[in-house]
Amino acid sequence: MPTHNDKMKAYWRKNLQTLFILLLVWFIVSFGCGILFVNELNEFRLGGYKLGFWFAQQGSIFAFVILIFVYVVRMNRLDREFDVDEE
Amino acid sequence: MEILTWTYILVGLSFALYIGIAIWSRAGSTQEFYVAGGGVSPLANGMATAADWMSAASFISMAGIISFAGYDGSVYLMGWTGGYVLLALLLAPYLRKFGKFTVPDFVGDRYYSKTAKVVAVICALFISFTYVAGQMRGVGIVFSRYLEVPIEWGVVIGMCIVFFYAVLGGMKGITYTQVAQYCVLIFAYMVPAIFISMQLTGNAIPQLGLGGSVADGTPLLDKLDGVLTELGFAAYTSGRKSITDMFMITLALMVGTAGLPHVIVRFFTVPRVKDARLSAGYALVFIAILYTTAPAIAAFGMYNAIETTSEKNISELPEWIATWQKTDLIKVDDKNGDGKVQYVADQDANELTIDRDIMVLASPEIAKLPNWVVGLVAAGAMAAALSTAAGLLLVISTSVSRDLFKTFRPEISDKKELRIARFAAAGAVLLAGYFGVNPPGFVAQVVAFAFGLAAASFFPVIIMGIFSTRINKEGAIAGMITGLVFTIAYIVYFKFISPEMNTADNWWFGVSPEGIGSIGMILNFLVCGIISHLTPPPPQEVQDMVEEIRIPRGAGKAQDH
Repeated sequence: MPTHNDKMKAYWRKNLQTLFILLLVWFIVSFGCGILFVNELNEFRLGGYKLGFWFAQQGSIFAFVILIFVYVVRMNRLDREFDVDEE
Repeated sequence: MEILTWTYILVGLSFALYIGIAIWSRAGSTQEFYVAGGGVSPLANGMATAADWMSAASFISMAGIISFAGYDGSVYLMGWTGGYVLLALLLAPYLRKFGKFTVPDFVGDRYYSKTAKVVAVICALFISFTYVAGQMRGVGIVFSRYLEVPIEWGVVIGMCIVFFYAVLGGMKGITYTQVAQYCVLIFAYMVPAIFISMQLTGNAIPQLGLGGSVADGTPLLDKLDGVLTELGFAAYTSGRKSITDMFMITLALMVGTAGLPHVIVRFFTVPRVKDARLSAGYALVFIAILYTTAPAIAAFGMYNAIETTSEKNISELPEWIATWQKTDLIKVDDKNGDGKVQYVADQDANELTIDRDIMVLASPEIAKLPNWVVGLVAAGAMAAALSTAAGLLLVISTSVSRDLFKTFRPEISDKKELRIARFAAAGAVLLAGYFGVNPPGFVAQVVAFAFGLAAASFFPVIIMGIFSTRINKEGAIAGMITGLVFTIAYIVYFKFISPEMNTADNWWFGVSPEGIGSIGMILNFLVCGIISHLTPPPPQEVQDMVEEIRIPRGAGKAQDH
């Protein structure tokens, strides 16, 4: 039978895993696609946009919004799973 | 009706609305004054955060900056939105669970030290004051431009309005007026953008219009690249800044956003931890609407400006150019006397000077929209400036009454504390107004300051305070001071002491003063970690507190003390 403490450690570990994955995506869409690899991506097109430029001025921002909502859903599920959610 | 009449009517109506809301939501306790009683719904808080966040500069100047910077302008778009991801994932839920009122509150408790708290208060005051001075100036400029009163009077009128609802209503009043202000400002921003997008590309959604094609079938952005290179400018979609500098500036703005006290404090106002997460999501949706529209306005504005003026006869220029020439925001000077306008990169031959603010301010006229839209844009710009100023003033008054006064005189009653908070808010309004009327020459430069300092001071110690139980007060204080001193020294040297040295060759690692906050932040992290491991760990009860804030259950209402 796992103790309360172990359970909280497991909760925190899962939380950190979620954060790591989401922040990795956050880094890739903005710093990666929008800055570091912008010239390479500009070889491709998205409608009238060059792809790298689109990431820098539009795509990264849409991705940020999606990331936060994925986080909200994922954490709410995690909170219930570990029985630490609020009434 | 005349433009001026419409402006008076719409600005007047919006002010009446804000004052009405302020009276309805008057704060009765310190808890209501500081965090609106902790009972704001996530949606309302998201809207208020968005209004709080988007300043006069976001509303009036950002699109124009992007017009002239092209791809390089992306640092602001990514920097001022990406910070919300950090805020939502790394700060907001934990600070809400912690459950007090201010950032210095957290720093003081987590690092069990009055010194740490005082250092945090000084950072908070400095950041907020540099920021608010610029807002008041913005209020003054908007007033004088649209209502045709002197800038000083504009500032005074703005001060009276902010004074009324910030001092009376506190956070509660500010929150609900900001909800209204968001609605006004986003409507005012979108209407001209949608019409211009339709006229140029036939697509009513500006975000799609920017990727659309102009009348002859070429994509708008390609056309713009072509026209600009032909005139000797850099292509719109390619960068001029180095990749390192782009990276560092974006990082400093993102981290700075997440470390700004007036943004963080908004997440203390919602009832539960899960509301804090959700509310950050809503806030970013509301912000993203404006921030994804701004690059469209930017490109449309630049395209229109060139198409309607370049190589055209001066006598046949569109009407809006004549109108705005009166304000000196556009200057046409026929240097070679050929009766036509040459807009070229070469400064000696260029005959057209356009102020960046034109791209938003003149947008209704460029799109040939009716006069009431001009009045609407005026009301929107006022809403953007006032909402940000009010949020900052609240942080200043809270810092004084709670973080300074209450720390050293813990016995004062709730009622007395509320009175001090109101006095502090009033004092801050007056001081901000003074800076609005007599702006220090460096207002433009201090924005880099505010973000750099927030990035280099608050962000690392808050993150470490949550994600490590080992970091102690010695580490935190040393880290904050190192980050702060380093960042201030670098900015002051390149901006004020030797501005002539401010070129890429002299920068350390090729990082401009705008991006140096990133290096300051890394230094802060390093110093904080190293010093903490060389000194004893924090007391057990502090470590327990850290474990406690990581778990959502039991947040309860915002505590009184």
